[in-house]
Amino acid sequence: MTFLADVAQYPFLQYALLTGLLASVACGIVGTYVVTRRITYLAGGIAHSVLGGLGVARYLQKVHGWEWFHPYLGALIAGLLAALIIGVISLRAKQREDTAIGALWALGMAVGILFIARTPGYDQDLMSYLFGNILMVSPRELWLIAALDVLVVAVGLGFYNHFIAIIFDREFARLRGVPVDFFYLLLLCLTAVTVVLLVSVVGIILVIALLTLPVAIAGAFTRTLAQTMALATVTSMALTTGGLAVSYGPDLPAGATIIVLAGVTYLLVVALQARRRAPSVTN
Amino acid sequence: MTTTPAIVVENLHFAYNDDAVFTGAHLAVHEGDFAGVVGPNGGGKTTLLKLLLGLLQPQQGVIRVLGQEPGAARQAIGYMPQSVDLDPAFPITVRDVVMTGCLSQHRWFGRYTAANRAAAIDALRDVKLAELADRSFANLSGGQRRRVLIARALVAKPRLLLLDEPTANLDPGVEQSFYEMLKRLNERLTVVVVSHDLSFVSEYVRSAICVNRNVVVHPTGELPPEMIGSLMGARQRIVRHDHIDSSTGDDEEGCCQ
Repeated sequence: MTFLADVAQYPFLQYALLTGLLASVACGIVGTYVVTRRITYLAGGIAHSVLGGLGVARYLQKVHGWEWFHPYLGALIAGLLAALIIGVISLRAKQREDTAIGALWALGMAVGILFIARTPGYDQDLMSYLFGNILMVSPRELWLIAALDVLVVAVGLGFYNHFIAIIFDREFARLRGVPVDFFYLLLLCLTAVTVVLLVSVVGIILVIALLTLPVAIAGAFTRTLAQTMALATVTSMALTTGGLAVSYGPDLPAGATIIVLAGVTYLLVVALQARRRAPSVTN
Repeated sequence: MTTTPAIVVENLHFAYNDDAVFTGAHLAVHEGDFAGVVGPNGGGKTTLLKLLLGLLQPQQGVIRVLGQEPGAARQAIGYMPQSVDLDPAFPITVRDVVMTGCLSQHRWFGRYTAANRAAAIDALRDVKLAELADRSFANLSGGQRRRVLIARALVAKPRLLLLDEPTANLDPGVEQSFYEMLKRLNERLTVVVVSHDLSFVSEYVRSAICVNRNVVVHPTGELPPEMIGSLMGARQRIVRHDHIDSSTGDDEEGCCQ
């Protein structure tokens, strides 16, 4: 087990492990809201538009010497902006919501690619943004990830009852005096922050899988949202840690390994469920 | 039974863009009444409910619910929407569904109180489902789900219960016991039920509000026997037309004469 021995020895592996564990908590909580509210596509739009923020921040850092403007900060700004724009559009003009999401999705990526193309050494940056670079997480980034994690968990669990009410029956919640639109936009902002957390683990392209697959796996065994959140968090922790361990020896990309592991687990759970249900179907 | 009006509508005008639904409608429902809102699909029943809840604004006219503007009266209204709009697979327990009805008195940031939990059990007792409090909402039968939604409407102790098609797609036996339950609840609050189906409504309601586009008729108090007869007759006519060919608005308006 070179992985276990190396974790004890190398800080970069410890940071990677911690990043995965921290991101899993936000992922389990916010992912559960995203899946039950059925806004996976919307979350995908937010995730991809984050590349614009990453690209602009990296460009300003490298070309204009704005050292303080960390790409994660750019990602956070772009993600929140995309969440609010998509959110307001989906509240105002329901018919064209998917078009707006698709447009912002592509626009964010295009802006990101343009800026990264103008930044020296862009190849490596682009690959790590798109597919994750969990082994490259620095202590400073780990602190940022921890702070965002605490924020997401506090807001996500603090307003648990309100989020349930607006997801389960929006109109009824509105009649009970719950500010439904505010909580919807808050949920999208939480999604944006969670996406930024997950980008460091698996990258933009694979974020949606990590946001939804642990929830889908957990949902097969749970009865309430709280249970789903807890089990999804544990599942996500197991998947990120497992993926990291499996990829480490043969030097495979960690992000892609995590997602393959998640996808295979999900398919196994679906098959198991289908088998369990099969007798009642044939009757 | 008091004579305070629970709902007053005067000279109501409402249109979706150019599509007029109400042009000068009047309505009065007394406190303690058990009223059935009936009429054909597209006749404006749900529109009327949304106006009473303040979800839609009339272009003209006066609406008073429990003596207040519709939006202001919401806290005293127990509303049950058509359950077809809900995600049947949503992972939530019966108790948690009912407690979402407590949210208005709920602290801004935090958990439900012990009082909320007790109120939820009381409300479930009212609909005879207290023993299912910890069951999954997704695993209930259609009739049980409707009862849970009634409990959710009851948990904030409303004075007026507004139900939108509570018995759609239920078995006749289940539907009957559902109306028996509403009859019991009517002993302490005003009940207004929207239904496209007159069969059970006519047996239980004390007044019938017929909504068909511009027509809102309001026989108040006890229905006279000839009114019941015409309601039942109307139902039979509608059924017969459904079997022969597509019924027209004119025939269904017969229920409102």
